[in-house]
Amino acid sequence: MTKKIGVVVYPGTNCDFDVVHALKIAGAKPFRIWYKEISELNDVDAIVIPGGFSYGDYIRAGAIAAQTKITEKVREMAENGMPILGICNGFQVLVESGILPGALTVNKTARFVCKWVHLKVVRADTPFTSLFEENEVIKMPIAHAEGRYIPDKNFSTDLVVLQYSNEKGEVNENSNPNGSYLNVAGISNKGKNVLGLMPHPERASEKILGGEDGLRMFKSLLEFLKR
Amino acid sequence: MVKYKAKVYVLLKEGILDAEGKVTKNALKTLGFNVEKVKVGKVFEIIFETTSNDNPESVVEEMCRKLLANPVVNIYEYEIEVLDEK
Repeated sequence: MTKKIGVVVYPGTNCDFDVVHALKIAGAKPFRIWYKEISELNDVDAIVIPGGFSYGDYIRAGAIAAQTKITEKVREMAENGMPILGICNGFQVLVESGILPGALTVNKTARFVCKWVHLKVVRADTPFTSLFEENEVIKMPIAHAEGRYIPDKNFSTDLVVLQYSNEKGEVNENSNPNGSYLNVAGISNKGKNVLGLMPHPERASEKILGGEDGLRMFKSLLEFLKR
Repeated sequence: MVKYKAKVYVLLKEGILDAEGKVTKNALKTLGFNVEKVKVGKVFEIIFETTSNDNPESVVEEMCRKLLANPVVNIYEYEIEVLDEK
């Protein structure tokens, strides 16, 4: 059975078509879900919240999308174990809604950063990283202004899935593009069924784009769903 | 019903690097101002109504907690004035 993956679209989301494209390459059956069509979530095997500028990034990136009814539904589904992947603005929505701990605020440089980065895979035991090796160094692009991760009381280092690193996998200040605490690029919830990350796996899903490490993230998810 | 105007100020907490503030400080210094520190935040001017039984402060508090500020990174202050009593 081809797995159905719902890709949530808020006003201002703009990476939805790219995510759908990458999920198709990975072998899934993705479909876009407009934020008002909440009932379409009843028929999915996993959810992706893609990047973009939901509600124009007004107030704080992800803040308004976090208060919508569809996000409330996503929260319920997250609590019931549904695999949920939040990419870039999707990650911002997940922290703003409290589905993931912490906050994402303005980059240390106060600049928009748009470049390829190396990432160290800290945990390969999530539905989204099972096709990676632990401590493997992978490459994906980032493109964000508010990506500096700030932990809160619900944060613990066990939740860190991806860290910004150099190509040798060294995690240090020089390999930190935005000033994130502990170079956090992606974290999961305690149940590991929700992952949020600032890098864009969909932009690293074809050789012609510069790499296929992102595709392995979507393929990991499909492997997990087949089990 | 009572009509109020609230002014809500949202800033980053002390201890969390205010990157925009730092850039603004440097720009002001370049212009020749003797600036020690700049904090950049947001101001919301909100006109709203409640019944005369409702405490307008608790309404504004709720607005801050639910949407205007993120307790992980922000502090907030507000002023409220009565515009109109019906």
